[in-house]
Amino acid sequence: MKHRALTLACAVTLTGAAWAETAPEAVSYDYGAVAESLSGAPGDPEAGRAVMVSRGLGNCIACHEVTALSDAPFHGEVGPMLDGAADRWTEAELRGIVANAKMMFDGTMMPAFYKTSGYIRPGDAFTGKAATEPLPPLLTAQQIEDVVAYLLTLKE
Amino acid sequence: MKNKMLRSVAVLVAVGLSAPVLADEDADLVINEEIEITVRAPAPDHTENLSEIFSGWVFRSAETQAMQMDDFDNPGMIGVESAMADWAAVDGSEGKSCASCHEDAETSMKGVRAVYPKWNEEAGEVRTLEMQINDCRTTRMGAEEWKWSGDDMVDMTALISSVSRGMPMNVAIDGPARETWEKGKEIYYTRYGQLELACANCHEDNYGNMIRADHLSQGQTNGFPVYRLKTASLNSTHKRFRGCIRDTRAETFAEGSPEFIALDLYVASRGNGLSVEGPSVRN
Ligand code: HEC
Ligand code: HEC
Ligand code: HEC
Repeated sequence: MKHRALTLACAVTLTGAAWAETAPEAVSYDYGAVAESLSGAPGDPEAGRAVMVSRGLGNCIACHEVTALSDAPFHGEVGPMLDGAADRWTEAELRGIVANAKMMFDGTMMPAFYKTSGYIRPGDAFTGKAATEPLPPLLTAQQIEDVVAYLLTLKE
Repeated sequence: MKNKMLRSVAVLVAVGLSAPVLADEDADLVINEEIEITVRAPAPDHTENLSEIFSGWVFRSAETQAMQMDDFDNPGMIGVESAMADWAAVDGSEGKSCASCHEDAETSMKGVRAVYPKWNEEAGEVRTLEMQINDCRTTRMGAEEWKWSGDDMVDMTALISSVSRGMPMNVAIDGPARETWEKGKEIYYTRYGQLELACANCHEDNYGNMIRADHLSQGQTNGFPVYRLKTASLNSTHKRFRGCIRDTRAETFAEGSPEFIALDLYVASRGNGLSVEGPSVRN
């Protein structure tokens, strides 16, 4: 509630002005965690929910089961269930995990969602054709914040 | 009669459930109540990270599994029939058909699929079935090459596979094939694309798990060519490799490329001990 009001107020006062966004290559990870909002703005949990289930965006449920998202079909079981994620991790840790989980879990299968280079044979989305780095990150700074805001609602 | 009943059960299941139907992972595969297929086997020594190997059939839904139990229900057998006509048809400048030299495919091609890809001494290269077929077409028949994943080619590999069904996969990885095998192994463990995923992430570390709506298998190739219900067509190994790499948001390799030939040999070797199954049925 508080967040909503804040987002709205800011949106009104700052229309057109850019937030202080942190570029993917400028993110600083502290033991895998990222303290500051990547977009400079708070996240919207409703938008984050949509990113989590969308195949073209986060597609988080391809690998994770989330009880609160059971209305979306087909949850995978490659990663741990995310119920109670907010009890296990702080906001900064969740931000770090979503931005680049490899900083928190060495060699993890979870993709880095806020990264633009350092890939082997990077492709142009799902076309199978070559793409030149830097690539657009899988999620924007604001989408990461939205997902983090959603994850923070997952309490048991 | 039994088959009819099976089919109507399959229809009921298909109508009743929208969620993916989980496989009967303990089921056994016998084709035409006659050909016993080994769908589980101890992993070969060179597949260090697995103790047991499984055919992709094991992970499919009960109704998909059933389609492979009888050749009348297996849509891939239509490709086999069509290849039988090609087998006997004269083509090219030499006025020959496959049958001119190889006579009856059922006898002459028995056991061939089980040892491919295979080192060819004269050519000094590892050859897949596709390469060997095209070599016969161009150098011995004076005929045009077939496209790697063209219908005529995939159908012919289905015919050649079908006569070895039930025989254990047994590709050689030592001697001169070793170098190609090592290259294939390296590709298998490389994390490609923006999703940074290797074959091993999905097919070695996570077989048996769901990834969104898909039930992950070990990505074995003993069932190839595979009739996919999704595309309603027979598919080559290289077409499947291409799809899997594309799905990691990577630049794929081409069908018939040295990389895919190496990968083909390596992946086939991981299935040594499983039966030749092609043409198999998958979703
Ligand atoms: C390709 C599979 C895959 C995808 C897609 C994926 N993850 Fe993960 N995730 C994992 C795995 C595997 C782990 C376990 C970490 C490890 O490797 O030790 C994990 C761990 C996590 C954790 C910590 C788990 C805990 O203890 O609660 C969170 C939170 C998380 N993921 C969130 C997400 C979000 C949000 C998305 C989508 C933006 C996502 N994941 C997409 C595979 C995936
Ligand atoms: C003029 C005779 C001739 C014709 C016609 C011919 N082949 Fe061959 N084929 C051979 C010979 C000889 C070999 C063995 C070559 C070798 O081992 O290097 C061979 C080998 C093969 C092999 C590999 C067998 C093995 O044990 O490794 C396959 C598969 C094959 N041919 C398929 C075909 C198909 C399919 C056709 C028709 C499209 C065909 N051949 C037409 C002569 C022929
Ligand atoms: C993101 C996960 C993922 C990755 C990475 C991946 N695959 Fe797959 N693969 C799948 C899925 C899903 C299927 C369909 C279900 C199944 O059989 O596992 C599949 C199917 C296959 C099959 C067909 C198996 C059968 O019995 O019909 C083969 C072969 C295969 N993959 C090989 C590979 C190879 C080789 C690589 C590496 C170049 C690879 N895959 C990478 C997800 C993946």
